[in-house]
Amino acid sequence: MASAAYPQPVHPRPAIELHEASVVFGSGDAAVTALTPTTLRMERGDFLALVGPSGCGKSTILRLVSNLIKPSSGQVLLGGRDAAAKEMRIGMAFQNPTMLPWLTIEKNVMLPLKIVEPFKRSFQRDRKGAYRDRVHALLEQVGLRDFANHFPWQLSGGMLQRANLCRALIHDPDLLLLDEPFGALDQFTREELWQTLQDLYLDRKPTVLLVTHDLREAGFLARRICVMSARPGRIISDKAVMLPQPRDIGVIYTPDFVEMTQGLRELIAQVRK
Amino acid sequence: MKDNVKIRIMSLSLIVGFFLMWEVLCIMLQVSDLILPRPSEIAVTLWTRFPVLWPHILQTLYATLTGFALGVIIGVSIGVLIGTSRVAYGVAYPLLVGFSSIPKVAVVPILVLWFGSGTTPAILTAMIICVFPIVVNIATGLATTEPDLEDVLKTLGASTREVLWNVGLPRTMPYFFASLKVAITLSFVGAVLSETVASNRGIGNVMMTASSNFQVSLVFAGLFILALMGVALYAFFSFLEARVTGWATRGKDIAVT
Ligand SMILES: Nc1ncnc2c1ncn2[C@@H]1O[C@H](COP(=O)(O)OP(=O)(O)O)[C@@H](O)[C@H]1O
Ligand SMILES: [Mg+2]
Repeated sequence: MASAAYPQPVHPRPAIELHEASVVFGSGDAAVTALTPTTLRMERGDFLALVGPSGCGKSTILRLVSNLIKPSSGQVLLGGRDAAAKEMRIGMAFQNPTMLPWLTIEKNVMLPLKIVEPFKRSFQRDRKGAYRDRVHALLEQVGLRDFANHFPWQLSGGMLQRANLCRALIHDPDLLLLDEPFGALDQFTREELWQTLQDLYLDRKPTVLLVTHDLREAGFLARRICVMSARPGRIISDKAVMLPQPRDIGVIYTPDFVEMTQGLRELIAQVRK
Repeated sequence: MKDNVKIRIMSLSLIVGFFLMWEVLCIMLQVSDLILPRPSEIAVTLWTRFPVLWPHILQTLYATLTGFALGVIIGVSIGVLIGTSRVAYGVAYPLLVGFSSIPKVAVVPILVLWFGSGTTPAILTAMIICVFPIVVNIATGLATTEPDLEDVLKTLGASTREVLWNVGLPRTMPYFFASLKVAITLSFVGAVLSETVASNRGIGNVMMTASSNFQVSLVFAGLFILALMGVALYAFFSFLEARVTGWATRGKDIAVT
């Protein structure tokens, strides 16, 4: 919490900094360049959508930021320190909700609290009390309160993806990484989840990096959109979305919005040729 | 539900019909009871000799379960080791395959050579014979953890042990319990086999002795007991499987054997 007595540092380090970071898999003739040297900077609390054709290196950027892989060259900094230093707490969600089938939704969502400090320390004591309340409050927020004791196979795809968002947020991450989270959902469900995600974001203000192919999704949710070219990927456009938040779902049919997504679409079509 | 009951009744009648047929054919064709005794004769032998048979039943059960328990401990340890490490998997796999393709019966003479005849070779045969299916199922279960989920957990800072404990092992449970059903049956076969060749106790030995004394209906009584024990052991582990891993068994059998 920022307060008057203890002002925030004047220049807090950005949440994410990629300095000419590249990723090459394999070596010699078999080398595959997954990411050409890329520079990207993201402020704390920002919401950035990364769009681009498949195979251009979007997931690779997420994997760099989450320190699952190391850059072959260049630097990846989180909060001003090397990604390996775990300076920031990270939550992550993929297209596949990967709920554990033998646990209830409540216990699935609680899993990060069992693993991440400082929650882990008192997990045994709080799992039936404070942590359960915390999980229930979050489930309530996404409309899953009544499903806390259901098993994953009893829920629809959209509900599972809500639970997945809860699992990614339960430990109050500073940084939320989403890799095409709504890619497998139908249009109606997807739009509902956009609103859920927008509410969660505005409520908690983590730094969000969202990978998506869906230009409307990017436009509706993000404050900034980066477009990548086809493999080997480069960031070819980096634009702010000038719409105030919270946005209403109707916004995607307004002329300004349509014009913006149309512009992005043409840009991507051009670089694919 | 109704169909289920119908099938139960029909399979029960099939069993009863089988024994009736056996009885009737033996009488009609005047089969000597030195070749194939009638079920009624076998039942009488079972009843009258039961006090003598009982300690042997316990002995066979003891050898089977002890060997099985040891086999489970060893099988789980090896399975976890090679299922969690790609290197260990690659290195150990050829040896395991070679080992598994030996007919386990062939090790009985070696065990007798080392340990003499008696309970020890029976236990060890039961153990050796059930290790491999457990190893394979544990290793398979562990190796099928979803990469996405592993990424989520690693990003949270989970250690390898935490991933194994929270995801790997629970996911492996259905494979493990399915393999237990197979393993207990194999252990039982192994124990009886070793008793037949090299022991003076256990149902296997009773049958061997009775056979050399031409006590044919006692041989068949032994066979009956083995059949019942086999069914009971299998049923017990099936029941356990259904109880423990109900979340995974919505209608399919996933054991790798
Ligand atoms: N582990 C890997 N080994 C070899 N090549 C990889 C690996 N991971 C990704 N790649 C390649 O790197 C490129 C970028 O992948 P990715 O970042 O997953 O793309 P996307 O933008 O679709 O998420 C792809 O061409 C892919 O084939
Ligand atoms: Mg991808």
